[in-house]
Amino acid sequence: MNHDPGGAAGGASAPVEPLLKLRGIDKHFGAVQALYQVDLDLPAGQVTGLCGDNGAGKSVLTRCIAGVHQADHGQIFFEGQPVHIRNTRDAAGLGIETVYQDLALADNLDIVQNMFLGRERLRRGLLDEDSMERAAAETLSSLRVTTVRSIRQPVASLSGGQRQSVAVAKAVMWNSKVVLLDEPTAALGVVQTGMVLNLVRRLRDRGLAVMVISHNLNDVFQVADRIAILHLGRMVAEGPAAGFDRQSVIEYMTTGGPKMQAHAAAVGAASATTTGGA
Amino acid sequence: MAQTENERPSVATAPPPANSLVDLTAAADVSAAELPPEIAAQSLGEYLRAWLQRIRSGDSGVLPVLLGLIVVAVAFQIANGKFLSPQNLVNLIEQSTIYMLLAMAEIFALLLGEIDLSVGLVMGLGAVLVAEEVQPAGLGWPWWLAIVVSLLICSGVGLIQGTLVARLKMPSFIVTLGGLLILEGVAIIVLGGSLVGIGNSHFSNEVFIYNLFWGKFSPAISWVLLIVVGVAAAGWEWYRDSRRRRSGLVAPPASLTLLKIILAAVAGVAVVVICNVNRAHFGVIDGLPFIIPIVLVVLFGWTVLLQRSRFGRYVYAIGGNPEAARRAGISLPKIRTWCFVLGALTAGIAGVLFASWQVSITTNVIKDANSYVLLAVAAAVIGGTSLFGGRGRTIHGVLGGLVIGGIYNGLFLIGVTSEWIDVVVALVLLAAGTIDVLSRRGAQTRA
Repeated sequence: MNHDPGGAAGGASAPVEPLLKLRGIDKHFGAVQALYQVDLDLPAGQVTGLCGDNGAGKSVLTRCIAGVHQADHGQIFFEGQPVHIRNTRDAAGLGIETVYQDLALADNLDIVQNMFLGRERLRRGLLDEDSMERAAAETLSSLRVTTVRSIRQPVASLSGGQRQSVAVAKAVMWNSKVVLLDEPTAALGVVQTGMVLNLVRRLRDRGLAVMVISHNLNDVFQVADRIAILHLGRMVAEGPAAGFDRQSVIEYMTTGGPKMQAHAAAVGAASATTTGGA
Repeated sequence: MAQTENERPSVATAPPPANSLVDLTAAADVSAAELPPEIAAQSLGEYLRAWLQRIRSGDSGVLPVLLGLIVVAVAFQIANGKFLSPQNLVNLIEQSTIYMLLAMAEIFALLLGEIDLSVGLVMGLGAVLVAEEVQPAGLGWPWWLAIVVSLLICSGVGLIQGTLVARLKMPSFIVTLGGLLILEGVAIIVLGGSLVGIGNSHFSNEVFIYNLFWGKFSPAISWVLLIVVGVAAAGWEWYRDSRRRRSGLVAPPASLTLLKIILAAVAGVAVVVICNVNRAHFGVIDGLPFIIPIVLVVLFGWTVLLQRSRFGRYVYAIGGNPEAARRAGISLPKIRTWCFVLGALTAGIAGVLFASWQVSITTNVIKDANSYVLLAVAAAVIGGTSLFGGRGRTIHGVLGGLVIGGIYNGLFLIGVTSEWIDVVVALVLLAAGTIDVLSRRGAQTRA
């Protein structure tokens, strides 16, 4: 079903319909073609690592799913149904939440206020702090984010890993089904990275479809069940993580893999074959 | 949250985290309805530590400015024994009223990380308008219509300036600097070169405006007011904190709630006792001046709006991280524009009281109104409001206004000339600004 990475045994998992399915996504900005015919599956209860060199189209693809950009061509299926994601509100309505690299937390607000920002609960026209605090505390403890001294402390006083945890907790709070994490460990030290990767596993265990965009292959191999690799806007490989090793991922990221090279050598253009069939 | 509840069991049975040294993932035994104790601070020590953390993150609260007030009081009392006399303290409160109101007006802009240089002359315009409107020889409007129309016009000025800042993205410094100069001209034109007074006791509408600043409750009513308002406020504070403690939410310990209530009660009783002393040289003048409840009503209204409403939350979010606010679906232009409208409305309220305080408005009074702008900014910043947005409360404006009023009053008492008073106040402003910058830098390097 999936494009077989380098002849390794793929398709070990049962052919369950993935929660989110992208088919033939094209996106261009002016003359620049950012995505060519990209296919991607995000199954529930699995972590998909999205890899690719700078400019490979990782961010554009993420933004197409998150509703920041709209794809020019191609289809998105959510729970098997074709959907149109025109803006971030549509994405949120489907249960797709994105944690951007800069986290988008307001330093001066406390954890509860940040988690509910833009979706505050009201009671008699005023903020219902008690109910919001209770809900935020429940979400944090269910994710075992328990080192924060008080959920009423301002986000400015948190460590990098704690901030990332709050951003992730904010994303999963809304009955979300798909969580996209953009470089969640980029700014973190070793211990904090471990903290965040554990959190990612916990999201998977809750049955969410998780996509982690990362440069760091260590992180990807630690946490990903599946790996998808973009090269110059094309999906050059996608499959279970077991089918890849570090060497092959780097080769796909830098050169697009053996098939891309062969095609480039032979014809020079044949995107259809490299992206595989659905 | 229903989904979360359902999924709890699967979380509980999840494999333990690989690295047990990582504190975040410390295998806390999370059972269904229990919150981890770390999340809710309960003991006094815990609470104090959380408070220290807030200060270090640049959010100082009211304690520093309260300490500043005590320092001002002690220093001037030592220098001149009349400073803490009841007569002088009421005088000080009267002098501080305009600072307090204008500082509350300025806080709306400061919370966004903007500045509003026009509040002084919006106040001047409001004063001229309300005085002109009640003139029996002129418009002869009833006092309430005059006040409502003046406040609406002031708010309109805020709407125009706010729209230029929020929609056209012009720097607020430039917009309000231009606004200031236009308003000065407009106010003087409206005044028409004459002297407009509101002190004629034959006209009830003029008398009403005059009494807003100079009127007072009788000593008996002052006590009744204090008891009614005090009991209601203390009861609500106690009820809210104890309810939050019972349901395991973050709340100060009972001892701290009690301490706060006792301190507030002492302050309230002290104010009424001081105001009920006869402060006249001849005859009798005693009782709580109307301006104290007026300032408190504005303080209460804006505190509820900024701390308890969605609008207020969005103001803080925009001041803290505009990009986060935008991604959360908040309309930045709308909130920003409203802040300038509310700031101008508050400056208009100050204007009505300014007219009442000055009794007669002249060209010089209007020009003088402008000198209040920097004092308003100073009052807000000394009170603990950040110049960089997102930090500060309305109460900071009131307390900062008292500090400014206290410094002015005290220096005047000990015979310092007004040029030197300006120098001292400016130095206090620079000191407060320095603390603001340093605490912000401290918060950033740690993040």
